[in-house]
Amino acid sequence: MLFLTRIEHFNAAHKLFNPSWSKEKNESVFGKCANENWHGHNYELHVTIKGEVSADTGFVVNAKVLSSLIKEYVLEKLDHKNLNLDVDFLKGKMCSTENLAIEIWKQLFPHLPQGVQLYCVKLYETQRIFVEYFGD
Amino acid sequence: MNKKVSVYRKEHFNAAHRLHNPAWDEQKNNAVFGKCNNPNFHGHNYELDIKITGEPGADTGFVIDLKFLSDLIKETVLEKLDHKNLNLDVPEFAELNPTVENIAIVIYNILRSKIDENLDLQIRLYETERNFAEYPAS
Repeated sequence: MLFLTRIEHFNAAHKLFNPSWSKEKNESVFGKCANENWHGHNYELHVTIKGEVSADTGFVVNAKVLSSLIKEYVLEKLDHKNLNLDVDFLKGKMCSTENLAIEIWKQLFPHLPQGVQLYCVKLYETQRIFVEYFGD
Repeated sequence: MNKKVSVYRKEHFNAAHRLHNPAWDEQKNNAVFGKCNNPNFHGHNYELDIKITGEPGADTGFVIDLKFLSDLIKETVLEKLDHKNLNLDVPEFAELNPTVENIAIVIYNILRSKIDENLDLQIRLYETERNFAEYPAS
């Protein structure tokens, strides 16, 4: 069994704002992240899959195939977008890094090639803040 | 012998923005700015390097007190830009496209008058790991 990771990037705007709370409560809980006009990040996404190395190719999976999957099901939807306004799979959800990692997992999971398992979605919001989701 | 030394302070800010020229139609904006023209904005973790060049003072050994510089950047630049929407929240960009170039110039103009004129000032601003601007260009 081997792990293979593909790293991608996307740049997006978002805000942390619970619409059922008052503005004061949102600012108290989320601080500057509650700016109603949004702020943004260069997100760094690490997608790790696991599988056996093929005798024919020497690959667990062709990294180009993995990159194309991430582009089609994740980056096209998130890159240069407003996460609160533009992304169908985030509607009605708080656009935290935690929820984003979970939803990225759900976007990729159904499309992986046979014999390859999704192991981890690791998402950096900044250099100092990242989450890891191992699927539950 | 030239005793000039350059000292650097690094800071970060996270902001939303959109690249758009209101004098152009939608087609031309899309053609020129591509995805950066999203009317709902997108965002970046900007990385800011402030470079100050001068001779170390005889009394302190400093070119500039880096705590003073850090506080100055926080009060005059980061408060204004961090966790903000550059197009909507920052008056300097009300009629100026918030490209990495223009943001670097705006930051320079904010800081220049507040730093000893005998010291050289240069701004390097990363919009992403791969795209950054320097002002003034050397």
